[in-house]
Amino acid sequence: MELLNSPLLDWSRAQFALTAMYHWLFVPLTLGLGLIMSIMETIYVKTGDEKWKKTAKFWMNLFGVNFAIGVATGLILEFEFGTNWSNYSWLVGDIFGAPLAIEGVLAFFMEATFISIMFFGWVRVSKKMHLASTWLTVTGATLSALWILVANSWMQYPTGTEFNPDTFRVEMNDFWAVALSPFAIAKFFHTVLSSWVLGAAFVCGISGWYLAKKRNVVFAKQSFKVGSVVGLVAILLTVFSGDFSAYMAAQKQPMKLAAMEGLYQGHKGEGLIVMALPNPAKKSYNDGVDPFIFKLEIPKALAALGYHDFDAFVPGITDIIKGGYIQENGEVALSFAEKQARGKIAREALLAYQTAVKDGKKADVEKYKTQLQNNYKYFGYSYFNSPEDTIPRIPEVYWSFHIMIYIGGYLILFFLLATFYSFKDKLDGKKWFLSLSVWTIPLVYICSESGWMVTELGRQPWAIQDILPLKAAVSALSSYAVMITFFLFLILFTALLIAEIRIMLNQIKKGPEAE
Amino acid sequence: MLSYSFLQHYWWFLISLLGGLLTFLLTVQGGQSLIFTLGKDKSHRFLIVNALGRKWEFTYTTLVTFGGAFFASFPLFYSTSFGGAYWVWMLILLCFVIQAVAYEYMSKPGNTWGKKTYEIFLFLNGLLGTFLIGAAVATFFTGSEFTVNKANIASMITNSETGFVISQWANPLHGLEALFDVRNWLLGFAVFFLARTNANLFFINRIEDQSLVDKARKSLIYNAVPFLVFFLSFLIWILVGKGFSVDPATGAVSLVQYKYLMNLVEMPIVAILFLLGVVFVLFGIGRGIFAKSSTCGIWASGVGTVLTVTTLLLVAGYNNTPYYPSSVGDMSSSLTISNSSSSPFTLMAMSIVSILIPFVLAYIFYAWRALEKKKFRKEDLKEDGHVY
Repeated sequence: MELLNSPLLDWSRAQFALTAMYHWLFVPLTLGLGLIMSIMETIYVKTGDEKWKKTAKFWMNLFGVNFAIGVATGLILEFEFGTNWSNYSWLVGDIFGAPLAIEGVLAFFMEATFISIMFFGWVRVSKKMHLASTWLTVTGATLSALWILVANSWMQYPTGTEFNPDTFRVEMNDFWAVALSPFAIAKFFHTVLSSWVLGAAFVCGISGWYLAKKRNVVFAKQSFKVGSVVGLVAILLTVFSGDFSAYMAAQKQPMKLAAMEGLYQGHKGEGLIVMALPNPAKKSYNDGVDPFIFKLEIPKALAALGYHDFDAFVPGITDIIKGGYIQENGEVALSFAEKQARGKIAREALLAYQTAVKDGKKADVEKYKTQLQNNYKYFGYSYFNSPEDTIPRIPEVYWSFHIMIYIGGYLILFFLLATFYSFKDKLDGKKWFLSLSVWTIPLVYICSESGWMVTELGRQPWAIQDILPLKAAVSALSSYAVMITFFLFLILFTALLIAEIRIMLNQIKKGPEAE
Repeated sequence: MLSYSFLQHYWWFLISLLGGLLTFLLTVQGGQSLIFTLGKDKSHRFLIVNALGRKWEFTYTTLVTFGGAFFASFPLFYSTSFGGAYWVWMLILLCFVIQAVAYEYMSKPGNTWGKKTYEIFLFLNGLLGTFLIGAAVATFFTGSEFTVNKANIASMITNSETGFVISQWANPLHGLEALFDVRNWLLGFAVFFLARTNANLFFINRIEDQSLVDKARKSLIYNAVPFLVFFLSFLIWILVGKGFSVDPATGAVSLVQYKYLMNLVEMPIVAILFLLGVVFVLFGIGRGIFAKSSTCGIWASGVGTVLTVTTLLLVAGYNNTPYYPSSVGDMSSSLTISNSSSSPFTLMAMSIVSILIPFVLAYIFYAWRALEKKKFRKEDLKEDGHVY
């Protein structure tokens, strides 16, 4: 039987990444477009102007096409925690399951119930009730995001919990510490706000296409206006929430921050790379090869971003492995070898604790329990053989982060111009800008996916930061079984994505008059 | 302060109730499996698809919540069954993925794969989804081949056969071996035909098209009879056969004759509700078949379905019974509501959240009423503006 070997882990990761990335194509549009169409319907109810109703209904139609496939991929994602990450499910089910259940009871049902009224209730309920249903659908979708992000944030920053040696799992002891952890707050706002940006870019892009074609001009200008304002507000707030996310990563996941910048050797007042050419000859953290052939950076910006202090020391990958530097909390950072040793002590103490319980040796029970508690925070390091095992894949994390930053910067300029042109009614003569708005749609998707890649690839090799590495989280399956399901999902999701895009293009070509 | 045992029982009750509601909502799937038989006529198929299309989200959401609640309250089941009976759960998931998009895409221009493909998706979801869920739930009574050793997580021997994985599936077929047990087939078919039975009753209740309603009444007979045959066969088999039992003092699991029957006897309220459920289902079917003017059979059958399935799951988990028995070795790996649950803190936190469930049910009821004031007529559906 093939267990816990590299192919199994690789295919399990690939399957989860595939599902998550497909799912993340649809969720941000649901959240962003949902907000925009709700605003449009609100204007309709306030003004009674039928044009706004038509506009809202057009976007609602696209929302429906996108929503269905988002639901489908979301279902798979939820169950893959169990099917492919069996150990993880047990070890963290006590924490992770609770937000998931709350999400089901409070958010999914809200979404599912009111979406029916939103789609089918135009003539069956009052105007105001319909409007309330539209807002409640979007609220339900946003609450869904909240709870799954709470769960994800806990994986990045385990808090409000303790390890129970009797049950061999992590158990929650403070619900609010989990639900309101700074990681969860940062992630929720950054994710939802960036989804609004994506929805806004989508609306502006399609409206720009209509304007370039001189079709449905009034509808397109109305939509462009709402989209540009939502986009501008959201992108500016996204920058702030992103700053907070980077700060949290620096405090709790320094390896992730180092990978994001390809920073091997840390310094005080480290700069933020604006442009660089990574050196392909760099193979290992300690090979002495310069990681960049060329780099242009903003002095001290990474220290400011990560620690809100221009002169702070930003540890690089080598520093994190070697330890010895003073951390923000004043403690000296441990080296990999020290963490590994303490992790092994924790694991041995856990097994010894079990034996002591069985044998009824009370003194030993207490001794090993204390030993476990004192070393538990490094438990996960005991599974690794070498320090290289703890380093995420640098090029992927580096490029994901920088692509996100580049496109994010572009989006600020884009929405500034979009708001200016649409409110000054100068879009008609700006063909170049209308084309740009269409091309912004794929760019914003790349930006959104890159953001998630930074979060998830930067977390590697951990399922739970410092506690459970992926290789100890996986299910006991044959790698061939996972490979088969990977390709099944790949084919199915791709087929459905093609259908979704073609349906959307068809609806867009037909325009709002088809409503 | 509520005891740990109370919280475990409370959450098993909620899981059972969700199971009952899910089975009732599989009416949508049952209806989908009838689209090529009842919906031979284009306008009939249009009515069927649209009547069901306004409800599919409820089934889907209940399934997701059922999974989430199981994960939260009994995570060892989640890790053991989902990570072990891989193929069964993957097949179920695939069946539901294809359903989610089918309604929204089937009538839209540019849907790439053609309307027929999406109709086949709905049919497959109706056929396989119901059967597989039924067969999977049957293993709660018939057992599965797995072992659980929590100490594996701390095992210092890496890359060994056992590795770090707590729950190990002992059969290389990873769940498909359940198909070698006739009893699993019986419950699979029972759920399939029950879903179709309820779907016929739903059509009789909701659709204003006499010829389609007449067809649904006829179809009701052809589905209710096999449902009763399969369900009663399964029921009798498990009630008179051996069932899995846990010794509360030692935790040892053994096979005990008439265990599930004794559970009903020892839990009279559950037994009464179970019998009431069965009577309601029979009454609903009877109304549908024999009272030609009656259209309310779905309500009796629906309530009966929820009661029957909920109580059946209570029988599987209460009264010192392992709800997910292991048939391997000394069966000590079997999952009970006490050895597989979340911590008291988490169960308590979720119990507080569960106070909101009546509120959720209230707005679902409101939405349902708002959309179902009138029966479905082809003309009205087009007026609503969002048709499949």
